[in-house]
Parts: sequence; C-alpha cells; structure tokens
Amino acid sequence: MIVEYLGAKEINGSLIVLDNIDNVSYEEMCQIVLSDGTSRQGRVIQIDGRRVVIEVFEGTRSLSLHNVKTRLKGHPMQMPLSVEILGRTFNGAGVPIDGLGEIFADKVCDINSLPINPIAREYPRDYIATGISSIDVMSTLIRGQKLPIFTGAGMKHNELASQIVRQAHLQGVDDDRFAIVFASMGVSADVAEYFKASFSRAGVSSRVVMFLNLSSDPVIERILTPRCALTAAEYLAYELGMHILVIMTDMTSYAEAVREFSSSKGEIPGRKGYPGYLYSDLASLYERAGIIKGKEGSVTQLPILTMPNDDITHPVPDLTGYITEGQIVLDRALSSKGIYPPVAVLPSLSRLMKDCIGEGYTREDHSELANQLFSMYAKVVDARALSSVIGEEELSEKDKKYIKFGKRFEEEFINQSSEENRSMQESLDLGWDLLSAFDESELDRIKKPTIEKYFRKK
Amino acid sequence: MNDMIYSVYGINGPVVTVKGSVPFSMQEMVYVGNKRLIGEVIAVSSEFTTIQVYEDTVGLKAGEPVVGSGNAMALLLGPGLLSNIFDGIGRPLDDMFEKQGAFINIGYGEESNEKKWSVEMLISEGDEVKQGQIFAVINETPVIKHKCLVPYGVNGFAHNVAVSGEYTLDDVLAQVELPGAHTLPLKMSQHWPIRTPRPIKEKIPPSIPLITGQRVIDSLFPVAKGGASAIPGGFGSGKTMTQHQLAKWCDADIIVYVGCGERGNEMCQVLDEFSHLIDPKTNRPMTDRTVLIANTSNMPVAAREASIYTGVTIAEYYRDMGYHVAMMADSTSRWAEALREISGRLEEMPAEEGFPAYLPSRLSDFYERASYVRTLGGDEGSVTLIGAVSPQGADFSEPVTQNTKRFTRCFWALDKSLAYQRHYPAINWMQSYTEYYSDLDKWYEQKQGADFVTYRKRIMSLLNEEDGLIEIVRLIGSDVLPDEQKLIIEISRVIRVGFLQQNAFHAEDTYVPLKKQKLMMGVILHLYDKAQSLVQQQVPISDIMSTGLFEKLTTMKYEVENDRNDKFDLYIKEIDEKLSAFGRDI
Repeated sequence: MIVEYLGAKEINGSLIVLDNIDNVSYEEMCQIVLSDGTSRQGRVIQIDGRRVVIEVFEGTRSLSLHNVKTRLKGHPMQMPLSVEILGRTFNGAGVPIDGLGEIFADKVCDINSLPINPIAREYPRDYIATGISSIDVMSTLIRGQKLPIFTGAGMKHNELASQIVRQAHLQGVDDDRFAIVFASMGVSADVAEYFKASFSRAGVSSRVVMFLNLSSDPVIERILTPRCALTAAEYLAYELGMHILVIMTDMTSYAEAVREFSSSKGEIPGRKGYPGYLYSDLASLYERAGIIKGKEGSVTQLPILTMPNDDITHPVPDLTGYITEGQIVLDRALSSKGIYPPVAVLPSLSRLMKDCIGEGYTREDHSELANQLFSMYAKVVDARALSSVIGEEELSEKDKKYIKFGKRFEEEFINQSSEENRSMQESLDLGWDLLSAFDESELDRIKKPTIEKYFRKK
Repeated sequence: MNDMIYSVYGINGPVVTVKGSVPFSMQEMVYVGNKRLIGEVIAVSSEFTTIQVYEDTVGLKAGEPVVGSGNAMALLLGPGLLSNIFDGIGRPLDDMFEKQGAFINIGYGEESNEKKWSVEMLISEGDEVKQGQIFAVINETPVIKHKCLVPYGVNGFAHNVAVSGEYTLDDVLAQVELPGAHTLPLKMSQHWPIRTPRPIKEKIPPSIPLITGQRVIDSLFPVAKGGASAIPGGFGSGKTMTQHQLAKWCDADIIVYVGCGERGNEMCQVLDEFSHLIDPKTNRPMTDRTVLIANTSNMPVAAREASIYTGVTIAEYYRDMGYHVAMMADSTSRWAEALREISGRLEEMPAEEGFPAYLPSRLSDFYERASYVRTLGGDEGSVTLIGAVSPQGADFSEPVTQNTKRFTRCFWALDKSLAYQRHYPAINWMQSYTEYYSDLDKWYEQKQGADFVTYRKRIMSLLNEEDGLIEIVRLIGSDVLPDEQKLIIEISRVIRVGFLQQNAFHAEDTYVPLKKQKLMMGVILHLYDKAQSLVQQQVPISDIMSTGLFEKLTTMKYEVENDRNDKFDLYIKEIDEKLSAFGRDI
C-alpha cells in the first residue's frame, strides 16, 4: 500500500521537510506530486523521529506548503538495467530522454552500489593503448584504472578525451565487448553535442550509454548523474562481461553541486566551502573503477575536471589526486604554444603503469626509457629557468643541449595530430630518437644492455 | 547487560540518535537496526544518546531496535590475525568475501571461529599464573609463534588445565582460580577495547634503530624501534611506495599495515605483492608475518576512524608476546578527515580548517602508543609507528601535518619536485629530520664502528653546502664558482644519484644492508678527500672529472652485489690509482 503525505512543513533551497511520517527509511526515494499533476523525485536525507528532510532533485520552484503530495517508494534510488541501455541516452537522474521508451529491466540496481571488498579486486595488469605518445609512454592508461584529466577552461580536454575514445584499443578484446559510458555533469549543450558527434564519427554510437545533465539542468540532479552512469557501467562490466570506459565531465561541477546541497542543509563547510566529506563522497565514485576476481569485465574511469584558475591545489583536483591512480595534467603554456595534446609530462602520473609495462606487456625498454625521458625533461625545466635569468646565450653547452631536447620533445613527442594514432612501438622509438642527442654516459636511468640494444639503432 | 530494547530516533549519515535516557555507556558497542549494524556510543545525555555506525545506514528506519552489548568496542585477539586481512573494525574480509561475494554488504554479523589450532600448553595443574604470562604456544604461521597471554588483571592458580592438542579460539584451556573463590576461563583468545592502550610493565628508552635497508633512512634519518615517524607528501610524491618499501624490508618481526581511507587497487597490490614476496630472512612469503587492515576510501567512514586503533591494538598485542612490531598507517590524514566528518555531523564547533578541537589530543594519544617496553610477562617488545600524512595541496602548514610533527620525533618530508625528477625515495634531505640520533648513535658506533656516525655527519654537511651553492647556480650558472665549490656540487651529485636515490625495482638495490651503506659512504667520501686535496694543489676540476670516477661511483649501487663488500676495495684502489697520476704530473 502506498501512503501519500499531504503538504510540507518547511521548504528551504532544494529541501523540503515533512512531519508526522512513519516507517520511512534512510535514503529512501520518494515522489513529490504537485497539484498540477507533475511530479518530481526526491530522496530522504535526514530522519529525526517523525520529522523527515527530503532533497528534491528537480528543485523546489513553485512548491508550496500545501500543494504537494509525497509518496514514499519504499526503496533507495534504483535503476532498471538491461543490455538495451547500449546506445541509449538518459537524463542526469537515469530517465530515458531519447524518446525510445522505458528500459525493460533485466536487473534493478541500487545506484549507490556497495564498496568492493579489497580482496575481491583483481590487480589491474593490462594496458589500454591510446595511440597518444605522451600518455602511452609516460603515463600509461591501465584497464581498471581511474585516471583523471586535470584541465582548465579553454584547453583541449574534450578533444583529448574523444581521441582516446576513438583510438583506445584493448589488447585481446573484441570491439563488441568494449563500450563507453558517458556522464556529463553541468557541461554546456555544445560539449555534449561534440561528444555525441565524435562517438558517431568513431562508429561507436551503438556502444555508448549517455547520461546528460547539462548546465541548464537541475543542479541537485548532478549528484545522481555519475552514480547512475557507474551503476550502468558496473552492470555492463560485471553482469555482461564487457570492458567499460567511463568518461565523466566535469567533476568540478559535480563537486559544486555537492557544495550547494551541503550548504542548503546548513552543514559546517570545510576548505573553500566544500563539505568535510567531499573526499569520501568523491571516493565513493572513483573507487567504483576496477576489476573483480572471477568476473570478466572491467570499469576504467577517465574523469575530466577543470581546475578553477588552473590551480592544482584547489580542493577538487587535490582530493581527486589523492583518490585516483595518477592524473593527466594539461598545461596552459603548452596549450598556448599550440601543442596538442598539451600534456604536462612532469606532474602527470599513472600509478599502475609500473606493473603493467615492460617485457610481456609493452616492450622491455619501456620503463627505463620513460624514466630517462622524465629525468631529462625535468632538467630542461631547470635549464629554462636559468636561461630566463641569464639568457640562453650564457648557458653552458650541457644546458643548451637540454633546451634543444626540450623543444624537440614538446614539438615531436608530445605534439601530435588529433587524428594521429601512434603505435606503442612508434612512440617508444620516437623517445629513443630524441635521446640520441645525448651521450651514452648521460643516460643514467638506463641499464647497459638496454642502451646497447636500442640506443641510436635507427 | 540489559535486555531492554531501545529504538532509533534520528538518522544522519553514519550518526544515529536514540531518544530518552538510555543506560548505554560511552564507547559501548551497540547493534543498530534489524540488520544489527555495528555502532559505538559517542555521546550520552539525558535526552539523546548518539551512536556512530560502522556500516552504511541506507535503508535504516526510525523505530528500528538498538541493542547494547554491555562491552566497549573491542577486538578479538588470538591466533589467525597474521596473513589475514581485516576491515576497520577487525572483521575478516576473506570470510566476508565467502559469505557475501565481491561487494561488502551490511549486517555481516560475526565470524565463525571453527578453525582448530595445535596448542602446546606451558603450564600444568596447580601452577600459579600471572597477567601477561605466556601459558601456551601455537605455531600461527611457519615463522611466527603465537604466544597465548594470560589476560590483564588475571592472577591466580590454574586448574583443569587442558593437555596440549587441537583447540578452537573459544575452547577453555584452563580455569584460573582468583582470590575470592571465583574462577575465570583461560582461552587462547581475548578481547581488548581498541581505544585503550594495552598495559605494560615499563617503557624502555629507545636505543635500537629500525633497519629498513633504505639508505636515506638508515644512514641519514633513522627511526628507533619503538619510535614514531611521519611521512608527509602531496599526491604523487611516493608516500605509498615508501610505506610499501618499509613494510617489505624493515627488520621488525611483525608488520601491521593499515590502509586507512586509501585506494582499493593499492590494497589489492599489497596483498598480491606480499603473498608473492619471499622474505629473505625466513624464506617464506611476507604474509606470514603481516596483518593487513583495509578500510578503503569508499568503505564506511566511521570504520575508517576506528581502523588505526584496530591496527595499533593488534600491534600492541604482538608486542606483548615479545615481538618487535612495525605499524604503517596510510594515511593518517584520511583518519583525521573521518574525525572531521563525524564531528561535523555532530555539529561540534570546529577549530582549524573545520577539524575538531580534539584533533591534536587524538593524534598524540595515537602516537604515544609507539614504545619500546618491558611487557607484563618480562620480555622486551616494541611498536614502531610510521604514519603517512597527505597534506591538502602539499602544504605542510595544514593542521594534520603540523600536529603530527609535534608528536613524532622523526619526519621524512616527501618532495614533489624530487618525484618529478624520478628521484626515489623522494625524501627531501633538507626538510627531513630525526631526533633519534642521540639515542641511536651508540648503537651505530658499537655495531658499525665509530666512523659510521662521522660519515653521516660529513655527508649531511656536504648536502647542506650544496643546497646553498645550488641557489647561486640557479641565479648565475655554475661557471663562476671556484673549483672547490664545483667539487662540492659534483660530489653531492654523486651522493644524490649514487647514494640517496634507490631503485625499489632493482633486485640488489631495493634493500641494502647497513654494512654496504657505510662502505658506499666511505668510498664517496674517499673520492671527495682525494679530489679535494688535488683541487687545493690547483689541479683543474675538469681534469679530475674526466677520470670518469664520479660517474663510476653513481652506479656502484648496482655494480656491487649486497654480499660482495670486498669489491669496494677495488673502488678505493681505482680512485687512488687514477688520482695519484695527477699528483705526479704537477
């Protein structure tokens, strides 16, 4: 029996407060029906005896204390899932908006999911070739990893993400077992259109599930969007054995929605007004990436977040960096030099690559070569700092060599066309080619046998 | 114990309130709701009792029952802890995996203790037993003997002593007759409240270093057994990697590794690596002497708060058997954030950056549990605490780092710019410090000879001088420096690349014995002394550099095997030969 509660006691921001409610459970979903017959979704976020606080996802505009009826659904937020979700488009709260009708559910899942038992996790071992040298060689993307792109307004993160989608190749996996879940949170309609177009250009549209919460859509709904997307991803990965790449953009808008929601609840703010639990909240999303023992599929996450004012110490990128397994950082200076993709190699990192590259995975020289390139490029930065003080003319021969290497590294190695798909071999060979400007004795990160085999061989 | 049933009134995330005056005591463990979620009482008043719940409260309803347990939140201590993995409140994850599948569900309940252990009894009928005494021994793993301890506060005569044989955790092995004519059953297991330090006979000042095989730590910034150390560093600076290296190689008998609010894949890696890694000392997998606590960042936040206490309680339990235990907590910042989160839900007045005012006292309580002790049973044991700190924005002035600094005496500051250069371990030698020199120097002198300490001091002063010179080089380039200062820069490069940098993935370099560390320092300083005297004789530094000796020393860490210390003589000989050529030329 469904009980309807008439009226509300209080309305504040996106929250409504009801009184005299019995038998309600924490995080239960409810439907709020207005007197004009339209309805909105809500969720119980606090219980005090018979007083209940509900957050309304679509906002409380035009709600009054008397014109609402609230129906409790008796379960937390759930999503109907089946293989049919492939190729479909949903709104931020998981409702189909492509006019193709409801999903005939094969399974109904709680969008909050449960934490994966650490011992049930399979340690990620297989890399995903993206065809982009700066990622493949320097911070390799691994299946089951969460590797965010830290970017800023005006940089080509969307191009980079869509290039990765087009070129991503999973070793030993058929294309029909690879799918993409795309979640947009508070991005403009243009961006969403851009991704749609690039998916269809890559011919993967039938294997994409889209969750769109655009910048004009309700803010609170944004809190649900990534959860719906990840629930769909988990279903496809663990129930249907597919390999899923989840693209979530923009995580900063998501975090801002959490902040807005927190302040409307009257919570004590932490850094920059974000709630103290932002870390746990972000972790509950990012930690849903992974591989589970005994199941075939995998969930790989590629979240995109814009750093406000390019500040990597801002709470959102900072907390994200502590949770994710590395990051790909885009750099304003490279971007304005016209280098694409503007990947800042030094602060970028893939924590899982060390066990997934080298012999048997990519190539035996990969790890030493990457280390050497890193350390050489770090010296380039020092040499540039020096040259900005004393002028390039005054630099020692050694430093001049670094400057020259830095230029080539950026223009030939990092820089590539958005259509260029470099194989792992090509990228590695290119790295060796750049190193040939140095003497053998300067290669302090590479062991003798590797040098003998690869150094100046082309 | 009371059998009255009380009911849930309010729910806000992991915080649940019960209305009315309730006879629960502070820190009492309670069962919340129909699914019996585990919770702990954290505030009591005549109107409300506040409970923090260690499991997800989704689906909990007002009016569901809350039942007291009559006991404080306690851990079951006994054989079976080693080579096992637990969540933040000590529930075995492998058992949960078997019962619930890949995802952790609420309402797990309690583990079953049916496993039989082969017990060797050390007491006989009528013996007097005292608290902390070892009354039985079990081979918990092939390398660690589990010594069953008489619980604290139990002194009397043993009766009905069982014969050696196979028993479970719950079997009574003897009855102890206490003064006052009542008896207490003695089992191989005991409960201990996690927030109370386990009692000891006395603290002993630390005097032995924890040898880790990591050069920058052992030689420059050692930590004592029974000491506490902090590893702060922003993301990507190699905190976790350093913690893993310490866990793998330090010379403690037992490792307790607490993954507190960290990444699931990382815990999975620890599990995977430790079970494959063969401990050179015992020839058995590392897991035989390791206890893992994994409360990843997406597991309930209240259990994260409890996880470091769970870890340190287990560490103290093994210490009381006379073992040296090292506990790594990765990361204490996540624990502090859990405190902040719960404090926020309780609407407490925040202090710095939203952290509760009691953050410093909680931190000091925790680090104070590191100690070198004489146990109640008369043995010596220690707990060394190594806490990672993840400062927001890599800013060391934030409250958790600052307060941790106050309560630990050793500080290994990780540096992002070193990590960018792939200089690992990225421990910054200028910012790091240890206050244990005075406690440990005697040990180093006795075991490694007086020159060890001299070498360390000289290396440190060279690095110090270099740091000043680098400032100048950054401004005007290195060409203007006099040769003597250029030499300092060159030799410091050898120290940095050849000595401080250590390759965790290299079979020989990942662990380096103290003796080899000393010889390496010796060879580097020998080269410096010889070169310095040549520079003073006006031999140009470029000529000295052209001998290739400096390059050669940067690779000796790979060229000299750990058991071939004799090879260092060849280095000394080569330095002497090549440099003496200059001496004659002039």
